[in-house]
Amino acid sequence: MTILIALLSLGGLTLFLAVMLIIANKKLYVYEDPRIDEVEAMLPHANCGACGYPGCRPFAEALVKGEMLPGKCSVSSEDGRNAIAAYLGVDAGMEEKRVARLACAGGSNVAVVRAEYEGLSSCRGAALISGGGKGCSWGCLGHGDCEKVCDFDAISMNEFGIPIVDEAKCTACGDCVEVCPKDLFSLHPISHRLWVACKSLEAGDGVLEDCEVGCTACGKCAMDAKGDLITMKYNLPVINYSANHQTQVPIQRCPTGAIVWLDEKQGPIKGAEAKKIIRKGKLKMGES
Amino acid sequence: MKEESLWFIFINASLINNFVLAYFLGICPFLGVSGKMETASKMGAAVTFVMIISSVCAYGIHLLLVAINAPFLQLISYIVVIASTVQLVEMIIKKMSPALFRSLGIFLPLITTNCAILGVALFQTSKGYGLAESLAYSFGAGAGFTLALVLMAGLREQLDFADVPKVVKGTAITLLIAGILSLTFMGFSGLGS
Repeated sequence: MTILIALLSLGGLTLFLAVMLIIANKKLYVYEDPRIDEVEAMLPHANCGACGYPGCRPFAEALVKGEMLPGKCSVSSEDGRNAIAAYLGVDAGMEEKRVARLACAGGSNVAVVRAEYEGLSSCRGAALISGGGKGCSWGCLGHGDCEKVCDFDAISMNEFGIPIVDEAKCTACGDCVEVCPKDLFSLHPISHRLWVACKSLEAGDGVLEDCEVGCTACGKCAMDAKGDLITMKYNLPVINYSANHQTQVPIQRCPTGAIVWLDEKQGPIKGAEAKKIIRKGKLKMGES
Repeated sequence: MKEESLWFIFINASLINNFVLAYFLGICPFLGVSGKMETASKMGAAVTFVMIISSVCAYGIHLLLVAINAPFLQLISYIVVIASTVQLVEMIIKKMSPALFRSLGIFLPLITTNCAILGVALFQTSKGYGLAESLAYSFGAGAGFTLALVLMAGLREQLDFADVPKVVKGTAITLLIAGILSLTFMGFSGLGS
């Protein structure tokens, strides 16, 4: 008798719940395109957001819907992009590789520090205290927030506390652009060679008191460049990359070397008249 | 046994005898899903929902089992009910918010074997609570679980900005914080007596 009661009551309960779940499953069924999972598996799983979507999965959904082309993913390799393009039967849609570039060259050997910052080792922290201890209000603080935030180990701080971007590893995800409290990083197509490595809005010798490689807004580069390639705006040269910019002429007469030619192999090249920096040590506090 | 007010039952289950921090039940999602405030609060809501539903079901089943004189089926019936409720919640969340479904991940089906939920069902039966008291108890337990999860998530979000010594980074510091949090909740233990 007891066994019968146990069997009946438990059987009835499970049957009731099973029916409930079957109904719920019918009512709450969600159709998902199986290709989304397949495409997501082919993406790099970096969830970096370089494509403009919150992560790899939303990007995969957009790919399957045909709203995006695989080329928008700057992290995956060319083979990976082609595999996705072949799977979905679409064009890969290649885009030129972009990299992050820093608009500052004021390392500890050339830029003056006016106040020592002792606190959380973070640029964002240092920037909260009247913009950090550096003489130049626009310059790199050198605590390496960008190095920490980079998921691809593409950024390393050099011995003078300036981040160096490894262009081969950089995927243009934009994390460093976002994290820098001084907004010094921006993403550029790798073929852009002319570069202004300074963001100081001041002009004249005042700039040099804080940093030996700052832009003094002398305007020589703008004068030497042909046409409207370079214009001076707020005491800084602005390069018009839609004009013919593959020329080293504008950097030649720069007195501080603030405008540079980013050579593919040798890295930044300064003009002939730029003051040479031979100091290998750190500047002392307040020394200029 | 003197009659307990519903308000007292609620406070008792949520603060004084907090399921996570005093009874150490449901530790697994407490450590697993407390990384982010948003996921933590939603996980808390899901667990509270399952607790309330299973508590009502447990009350009905207990009456039924007593009536047919088969109280030995209590445990297995509770487990079946809880598992089905979790399945239902999983379907609802998948329909309503696929993003939340993914961020909860494995911890959503793990509610099935969450000891805090089975604990609610078993405690309320052994304490002989009626329907209203059971509801207050399960709601309090759920609120307490959510509170613990949200507090932990808040602390862990702050921790991301802190300069944590290398030796205790990761799981170690999380467990240390959980211990301190539990210590503070011991302060409630004199309440209401």
